[in-house]
Amino acid sequence: MLAACGLQTMEDLCAHLPKEALLHRPLDIPAGISEYEISEYFKEQAARNAVGYACFLGAGAYAHHRPVLCDVVVSRGEFLTSYTPYQAEIAQGTLTTIFEFQTMLCQLTGMEVANASMYDGSTAVPEAAMMASRITGRHRYLVCANVHPEYRDVLDTAARNAQLHVETFGYDLETGRMDLESLDRKLNDETACVIVQSPNFFGVIEEIQEAARMAHARGALLVYLFTEAVSLGILKPPVEADIVAGELQSFAISPSYGGPYAGVIAAKEKFIRQIPGRLVGETRDANGNRAYCLTLSTREQHIRREKATSNICTNQALIALMATVFMSVYGREGLRELALHNLAKAGYLQNGLNRRFSGKFFNEVVVKVSGRTPEAANAELLERKIVGGLALGRFYPELADSMLLCATEMTKRADMDRLKEVLR
Amino acid sequence: MIRKVRTHVNQNEPLLFELSSPGKRAWQLPELDVPAVDAAEALGAGAVRDDIEGFPEVSEVEVIRHFTRLSTWNYGIDLGLFPLGSCTMKYNPRINEAVARIEGLAWAHPYQPESLSQGAMEIIAALEKRLGEIFGMDAVTLQPAAGAHGEYTGIMLIRKYLESQGNPRKTIIVPDAAHGTNPATAIMVGYEVLNLKSNDRGMVDPAALAAAVTSDTAAMMLTNPNTVGVFEQEIVKICAILHDKGAQVYMDGANMNALVGIARPGDFGVDVMHSNLHKTFSTPHGGGGPGAGAVGVRAHLEPFLPAPRLKRANGAWTWDYDRPRSIGRVRAFYGNFGVLVRALAYIMAHGGPGLRKATLDALLNANYVRARLEKHYQIAYDAPSMHECVFSDSKQAAHGVRTGDIAKRLIDYGFHPYTVSFPLIVSGALMIEPTETEPKQELDLFCDALISIAEEIEKDPEMVKHAPHLTRTTRVDEVMAARKPIVRWKPGPAGAKAAD
Repeated sequence: MLAACGLQTMEDLCAHLPKEALLHRPLDIPAGISEYEISEYFKEQAARNAVGYACFLGAGAYAHHRPVLCDVVVSRGEFLTSYTPYQAEIAQGTLTTIFEFQTMLCQLTGMEVANASMYDGSTAVPEAAMMASRITGRHRYLVCANVHPEYRDVLDTAARNAQLHVETFGYDLETGRMDLESLDRKLNDETACVIVQSPNFFGVIEEIQEAARMAHARGALLVYLFTEAVSLGILKPPVEADIVAGELQSFAISPSYGGPYAGVIAAKEKFIRQIPGRLVGETRDANGNRAYCLTLSTREQHIRREKATSNICTNQALIALMATVFMSVYGREGLRELALHNLAKAGYLQNGLNRRFSGKFFNEVVVKVSGRTPEAANAELLERKIVGGLALGRFYPELADSMLLCATEMTKRADMDRLKEVLR
Repeated sequence: MIRKVRTHVNQNEPLLFELSSPGKRAWQLPELDVPAVDAAEALGAGAVRDDIEGFPEVSEVEVIRHFTRLSTWNYGIDLGLFPLGSCTMKYNPRINEAVARIEGLAWAHPYQPESLSQGAMEIIAALEKRLGEIFGMDAVTLQPAAGAHGEYTGIMLIRKYLESQGNPRKTIIVPDAAHGTNPATAIMVGYEVLNLKSNDRGMVDPAALAAAVTSDTAAMMLTNPNTVGVFEQEIVKICAILHDKGAQVYMDGANMNALVGIARPGDFGVDVMHSNLHKTFSTPHGGGGPGAGAVGVRAHLEPFLPAPRLKRANGAWTWDYDRPRSIGRVRAFYGNFGVLVRALAYIMAHGGPGLRKATLDALLNANYVRARLEKHYQIAYDAPSMHECVFSDSKQAAHGVRTGDIAKRLIDYGFHPYTVSFPLIVSGALMIEPTETEPKQELDLFCDALISIAEEIEKDPEMVKHAPHLTRTTRVDEVMAARKPIVRWKPGPAGAKAAD
C-alpha cells in the first residue's frame, strides 16, 4: 500500500507536517491491554460504586425496569453502527423509527410535531426558550423556582451569553406548586415564555391551565417541561402548552451516572419551522413507495450556517430508539398501568412520613426529617444498604430540613418499610 | 462490476400504529406489593387522562420483528466501509458496549453519594487525563454532550475569558471551508461571524487572515486538518497572528483522528478545542448519536470551565461546585458518562503506541484511496492528504453527472456514500474518509466501485443519474417531503393501504 502511495515508510505519511507542529516523543499513555484486562478494570471501578443498595433517588434520573428487547434492538449493528440518516435510500430503518418516535411523542404530549431528539432534558430547556424568542421576538424568560435546579443552571448559562434574561418566579411553600401570583407579578410584555415543570422538581403535579391563560394574555408562550416521562402515561397531556420540552430517561435509559439520556422538543404545528434539531418527514421514492427522509433542514446548521435555528448536529438517536422500543413494549395500556404502579408505590412510601408539601404527587415526594439533618439520616440509611433521598438544602436553603424521595415500580415494599423505620 | 453485494428478499413492514390492535401486549409488571390507588383520587379527576390515543398495542414477537425488519433497511459499519468524510466512521469495538453495561456503571445514579461513586469519578478523571495528553492541553471537561455542544462550550469559555480581560470583543472568524456548526455556534454565543476565504491550496491564507484580524476579533474557529483533509501548513503562524492581536484560537477537532500521537493542538498554538469521542475515539454513532464533545483548554481558560469539576481531596474524588469564574453548567449532571466509558476503553485497548499506529494507518488508507482514484476523479487540491481525501466531480459533471448521483450509485455497489457536496469551497465535492479499521480488501472493493462508476458515467450517464437501482427504496423525493411536511403518522380513512 505504501508503494502505491509512492512512499517508503509509514513515517513518510506525516513527513510534510511542519516540524514545530510535530510531537517528538511517544504519548505518555500506557501500552494497550487485552479485552479481558479492560473488562476487569471496568468491573473493578463499577464495584467501587453503589452496588446492592436500595435506592430512593429520582430528581431527574429514575430507576425503571428496562425491557430486555430495548437492548436487543439497539445492539443490532445496523442501528448501532449507522450514521445520521442523510442518505435516505439506505437509512430507512433509522428514519422509520424516528418517524414513529415523533408520532408517539405527539400522542403522549398532545403536541402536533416533535423533533428527533435533543441531547437531554436540560439542554432542551434553553432550546425551547430560544425557540420562544424566535416566535415572539422577545428575550425574557420566566422560569418557576421548582423547575430542576440544574436545568435552570443550564438555561442561565445559555442566556448569559446570548444577552437573554431569565427571571425566576416563586413556588407556594404550602402546596409546592408554582405561585400564580408571583407569576402574574413578573409577567410583562417582554416575556417570551413561561417555563413550568410537571411533575415539578418536588414531584408535585402542576395545573398549567391557569399559567397558560396568564402567559397567553400577555402574548407569551407556555413551555411545559417534564423529567419523568412515565407520568405522561396517566397525566392529562399538556395541550394548553405551546412548546413541550422533556427528558426521556425513564423510557428504558439506564441512569448511567447522568448520561447519555435523550431530550425532546414538541410543539404546536404552526411553530414547526422554529423547532431546533432534526425532523423526519414522510415522502415517496421514485417507484411511488412510502419512504422517509430528514426534512425542513433549511432550519439547520449544515444548510443555514449562522442563520440556523440551533447549532445542534449530533443528537441522541440510539437512545431515542431505546425509548421508542420501550414505548412499543408498554403501549397504550401498559404505560398507563406502569404509571399506576408508580403512583401506588409512591403513595405507600409517603404514608407515615412527614410530607413537606400538600400538592398532589406522582412518584416523588418531599419529606421533612425531624431530629437530625437529612444528611445525617442518609448516613444512617447507608449503613443499612439504603441510598436515601436527595437532601434539598444544596438547592433550596429553605428546605434544608427536607429530602426528595422517589419510588418506582421497581421499589420493593420491604425496602420502603426499612427506610421508613429510620426516617420516622 | 458489482462484487460486494447481491440482491435478496427483504421484508416489508408497516408502522407500529398500523400493526396495532386492541388487547395485544408485550409488557408484564409484577404483582403490586402495596395497595393500589385510584388515579382520580390520588391526582385529582381533572388531572388524569383517559387514554393515550393512537399509541400502539403490539405483541412481543411483533416488537422484535418490527425493529429487526426495519434494521435490515439500514447500512452500518458492521456491513462495510462507511467512507463519510469528517465523520470518522471507524469500527465500534464491542467490548466498549459490554463494559458500559456493567451494573455498577449503568445503574449508577448521578446523585448517589460521592463515597459510592468513586469508580465512576475515577473513569472520568482517567479519561480527562489521557485526553489532555493526546490534545496537549492543560485541562479537559467532559460535560458537553456532542461536538457542536463542545464548540458552544469552547466559545463561551473564550467569551468569559475575554470579558475577564475587559472586553468580550465582537467577531469570530470562520474559514469558508468550516463545518456549519462553527458559524451557528458563534451566533449562539452572541458573536458576529466573519467568513474567511481559503487560498487556492484549500488552506487559510496568513496574509488574508492578518488583514482580517482586528482588536474586535475574539477568536478564529479552525479545523485542522481542515475539511479538505489537509494539514494547515502555516498553523503556527496563524495562531501567532491571532495571539498578537489578543484573539484566541479555537480548534474544531472533528478531524482529530489524523493527529493522535503525531501532533498536539496545544503544542501548535491552539487555546481551546473539542474532540468528538464518537469519531476519533470509536464510540458508535447510533444513527445520529449519542456523542460526547470533550473540550480541552490551555491553563488560562481552566478557571472558566463548566462546573462542577473533579477534585482530589483526602485521597478521594469529589465534585467541586465552588468555581466562581465558571461559565456555568452546559448540561445537567456530568456529561454523557456511558459514552465516556466507551472512549476510555478504546484508549486503554490501544495504549499510547497503538493510538499513534492507528493514526498512521488512517493516513495510509486515505492516501491509498487517493492514489487509486486520482486518475479517475479530479483531486480538489494538490496538497498532501491526511486522513481523508477530497475530489471534485468536475470530470463527471462534463457528462451531466454530479457528486450526489455518484453517491447514490455507490449504494448499488454495496457501500455507504462518502460525504456529498462538502466542503462548500470544492465544486461538487466527494469527501472520502476510510479510517484505519478498513482492511485493504474492502478499500479495493470500494475503489473498484468508484472506478467502475466513472466508466459507467462515460457510457451511460442517465443510468447513474437515476441510481440507486438495486435498493428496496429507490431515490427518495426530499423536495416533496419539505413542501408539505408530514412529520407524524395519522390514522387514514378506513381501508386505506396500510403497509408500504
